[in-house]
Amino acid sequence: MNTGAATIADRSNGAAGRPHGENYLNCASGWRSWLFTLDHKRIGVMYLAAILFSFFLGGIFALLVRTELISPGHTIMDADSYNRAFTLHGAIMTFLFIIPGIPAALGNFVLPLLLGAKDVALPRLNLASFHIYAIGAVMAVAAILLGGVDTGWTFYTPYSTTTSGQVVMVTLAVFVLGFSSIFTGINFIVTIHKMRPAGMGWFRMPLMLWALYATAIIQVLATPVLAITVLLLVAERVLGIGVFDPALGGDPVLFQHFFWFYSHPAVYIMILPAMGVISELISTHSRKTIFGYRAIAYSSIAIAVFSFLVWGHHMFVSGQSPLATVIFSALTFSVSIPSAVKVFNWLATMYKGAIKLETPMVYALSFIFLFGIGGLTGLFLATLATDVHLHDSYFVVAHFHYTMMGGVVIAFLAGIFHWWPKMFGRLFSQKWGNIGAVLVFAGFNLTFFSQFVMGSKGMPRRYYSYPPEFEIYHQLSTYGSYLLAVGLFVAAGVLLHSLLAGRRAPANPWGSATLEWQAASPPSHHNFDGPVILTDPYDYSGLVWDAEEQGFVRTAHEEVVR
Amino acid sequence: MASVAANPRYEGKHHLAHHFDTRRQQFDSHKLAMWLFLVTEVLMFGGLFCAYTIYRASHPEIFLFAHTLLDKNLGAVNTIVLLFSSFTMAWAVRAAMLGERRRLSALLAITLLCGFGFLGIKAVEYNHKWQHGFLWGQHFAYAELQDYLAGHGTDAATGPAPDPAADAHAAAVMAELDLAAAVTVAHGHDPALIPRNVHIFFGIYFVMTGLHGIHVLAGMIVIGWLLRRSLRGDFGTRNYTAVDLGGLYWHLVDLIWIFLFPLLYLIH
Amino acid sequence: MDNAAHRLTGLLPAVCFPFLAQLPDTFWMPSQASTTAREVDVVFYLIYWISVVFFALIVGLMTWFVVRYRRRRPHDAAQPAPAHSTSLEITWTAIPVIVSVLLFIVGFKSYMNMVTPPRGAYEIAVTGQKWNWLFTYPNGHISNELHVPVDRPVLLTMTSEDVIHSLWIPAFRVKMDVVPGRYNRTWFEAHTPGTYPLLCTEYCGVGHADMLTTVTVHPSGRFDTWLEAASNLFDTLPPAEAGALLARRLGCVACHSVDGAGGIGPSFVDLYGSTVATRDGKQLLADENYIRRSIVDPMAELVAGYDPVMPTYAGRIKDQEITGIIAYLKSLSRHAGGDAELETAAPAEPGVPTEVR
Repeated sequence: MNTGAATIADRSNGAAGRPHGENYLNCASGWRSWLFTLDHKRIGVMYLAAILFSFFLGGIFALLVRTELISPGHTIMDADSYNRAFTLHGAIMTFLFIIPGIPAALGNFVLPLLLGAKDVALPRLNLASFHIYAIGAVMAVAAILLGGVDTGWTFYTPYSTTTSGQVVMVTLAVFVLGFSSIFTGINFIVTIHKMRPAGMGWFRMPLMLWALYATAIIQVLATPVLAITVLLLVAERVLGIGVFDPALGGDPVLFQHFFWFYSHPAVYIMILPAMGVISELISTHSRKTIFGYRAIAYSSIAIAVFSFLVWGHHMFVSGQSPLATVIFSALTFSVSIPSAVKVFNWLATMYKGAIKLETPMVYALSFIFLFGIGGLTGLFLATLATDVHLHDSYFVVAHFHYTMMGGVVIAFLAGIFHWWPKMFGRLFSQKWGNIGAVLVFAGFNLTFFSQFVMGSKGMPRRYYSYPPEFEIYHQLSTYGSYLLAVGLFVAAGVLLHSLLAGRRAPANPWGSATLEWQAASPPSHHNFDGPVILTDPYDYSGLVWDAEEQGFVRTAHEEVVR
Repeated sequence: MASVAANPRYEGKHHLAHHFDTRRQQFDSHKLAMWLFLVTEVLMFGGLFCAYTIYRASHPEIFLFAHTLLDKNLGAVNTIVLLFSSFTMAWAVRAAMLGERRRLSALLAITLLCGFGFLGIKAVEYNHKWQHGFLWGQHFAYAELQDYLAGHGTDAATGPAPDPAADAHAAAVMAELDLAAAVTVAHGHDPALIPRNVHIFFGIYFVMTGLHGIHVLAGMIVIGWLLRRSLRGDFGTRNYTAVDLGGLYWHLVDLIWIFLFPLLYLIH
Repeated sequence: MDNAAHRLTGLLPAVCFPFLAQLPDTFWMPSQASTTAREVDVVFYLIYWISVVFFALIVGLMTWFVVRYRRRRPHDAAQPAPAHSTSLEITWTAIPVIVSVLLFIVGFKSYMNMVTPPRGAYEIAVTGQKWNWLFTYPNGHISNELHVPVDRPVLLTMTSEDVIHSLWIPAFRVKMDVVPGRYNRTWFEAHTPGTYPLLCTEYCGVGHADMLTTVTVHPSGRFDTWLEAASNLFDTLPPAEAGALLARRLGCVACHSVDGAGGIGPSFVDLYGSTVATRDGKQLLADENYIRRSIVDPMAELVAGYDPVMPTYAGRIKDQEITGIIAYLKSLSRHAGGDAELETAAPAEPGVPTEVR
């Protein structure tokens, strides 16, 4: 990447005519100005609020589940309520929180800014995506109020076609949410293809854009299969078409193939943008050029491609042919390699860096630790001999929480703390931010590490009760979940406090070289007020600390050669 | 052209959105988005084609038998109707590009009529299936199937016409039994004639053609909207993106039918 | 796979984990009770130690870098260092590739053993239903707990009555889904007698957590004794019901109808207490002794009008079972119970036909 600084002159709106202090948050008021806005930043903020509410709701169900499991047998609810609670925890967290989480909330806000653009390519589609998300969320909440579902978030047939409850309502909510996800994906692909400024070639894009691009590809290619799967499920349940019903000659395992053809790539819809966030953060907070830029970019695409080839590893013990099982096992290992490459490149980025333990960086380091465990325990599940024993046990539960929560949610929090000053123009308390991060880290490990042990010792997942020898592990896990909840509340408190009493944020508090930090904090309605200077996204040599500004400023055009 | 430029509505409708640099960029963005949307449509139907392939591979006899219950002629007519509508749609896009507003409106109207024609013929077919109980899964009427075959002789090339007396007996027996048992009786009666689980074919048939029908309906709504805008004078040489994208969508709907017709009606 | 590689992968676990010979309950794993368990644990601990090494490396480097390269003042810059290195990239791509291939091969080998049941395995049919297990043994006995012999391969052929279940025996390290409409198989060879948990591990509704039972591994030679005792119907059922089951299981009802219709042999309905005409012209009262003789020596007093096709059941049926069948026939007959003539009849001497007076 040989670069010289270049100005994207035509992106400039000129600061003239803009009242001092006007930004995208206060440029218009009234609920209509939010609900029907076409501004990607406002849509991103609305997504953020809705997604955090979903996280809260899913978290309530998680705490109910953990509390019930603190002792065998009836603790606070009966088996039927427990089944509904864990189903709703899974469904809400997956479809309403993690899948849209980073792309729709953070992605919407930062993607055009990273490109130095004024908006995404299709602002109306973007708003439609949010409205559809809201409709899906309302349907899901309505289904909960009407009695909920007890199928597990995976909706396996024939259980899901025979049980009582709001299965149709929930699966239709999933269908609707799928459209929201597709629209976001289409928008991001088009924006990255068509809105890159002159001079920003593919390999001069920030890695967050690569990650969002790879994510969008999966969203566009996998989500339609989920759509047809849930439609078939609804048709099976309402009309009795018999495609998944063994009593009518159908094949229930076919549903699992369809479902995982989407839902396995979906975990990469979750983790890829998380990896993009981490790539940005590690480099910025180490003040050092990202190591192995191309390797990280290509590995994002490799993960997107491989993600479509491994769905069968959810069915190693379903009775699919041993040949298919062996092939899926081999393909599954292939996903581990690009993930490992990313981790090594992040470590190499930190080598000889100037590392500052700001809150986003503490979360990023926590990500490497937890995702490391999540990824390595994936090896046990990809290996056939051990998966037979561990499949559908708490080991699997712990594994995907280490990747999904320890990976994605931690990266999401890292990203929120990183871009918070940009989004709302306020600085938060680093000290309390870090305390929250440490509590989350400790609570998380306590909650889920004990689940690895009980899983491999023989504790199946989705059990309302359990033999007494597992009680100690369940108690540790439950106490851990309380600690985790406290940590999350501390983190939320830090952010809310900053809105009310936080110091005004400078344009570039972390010294990042990507373009969004050239906009004001918070940005104006049209994002950039002055000319945007296009530089290498990971070149920090032109940025110096300004004590007066309490942030980093760009020095006059230094010659930048790498 | 002058009349187009003078139309105030037209002037207001072809502006460049503030976040795009050039009109070319705006057009390309919209077109790429439409293509991506079509990709998702193809993948959604792809799931159904997968289900079709899996069941056809595992139960070829069901498909061989059951497709004879469909009306090839109506299917063929519908194929022609849709192909013709694709032609008029493509011509409409051309007319929009050239700014031929009256021709554009006429062609869109013909395309819309073809859509109605398609759905009308489809309704006739569905009604026939409904009358005879050739429905999906648990609603398939095996007893009626016996009557139907006895009454019509059979165009199933797989076996001779059944003995009417034996059929009447079988039908009477089956009427008293539940579905699973009925399948067994039918199977035992003449295995060459009626395979087990014929309802699987109709489950797939109704889901595929039903979902396609919904897409035809969606396409007609789009074309209706385009027609209204066209009559209002919104389109011209510098603003035909909507017609172009609507056309792409309509072609996809046709294309899916081009696959559905042989896969469901013309099985050997 | 060539020979050297084959030896290497076979040898590696043994070299790395010689202590794995026979493990009781450990921190990670339940006790090992089958031949599969040991094989699985070897793979498990191989991956475990590889993971520990990688994890220690990653977190160790991360911690070291954070401590060593901590930014003291806000404007401190990073030290000069290369931004990419092709050789490093190749190295840290190649190492995970090699590890993955190794793990795949190790897992694949054990898996093929796990899905290939040896010939002559003892077959037990398994039915999962909401929310219990039914285990059917070759002699027709059905139990809710699984019982297996030690040191003998056992093959489970499994299907479900309703939704998908999954059978898991942690101590054996085996698991297989139990799917309605198809038969899935799994096998194991238990090597340590004892009782171990057996669980459902595919979510199946309200009673999912109650769908657990035990598997008992019987010591050498004791399994057959158990099965014989367990399948003795007379311990659990009234004689007539046990007799009804036996009559079905032994195949009696294939020829002797229980609804009064004709058949290859005389119908069981109203047989007991009736008078039968034998082929050689005798008139006999069908009482307990007559029925007993007809079972152990059918040709002796064949009823007129029927072919001599019934095989003898002598040696295949126990006295208690004959008593049960007699009780069953009584339950099917209107001559039983209140028939005064029978009650007053003098007890016949064994082996002597009772003439009708």
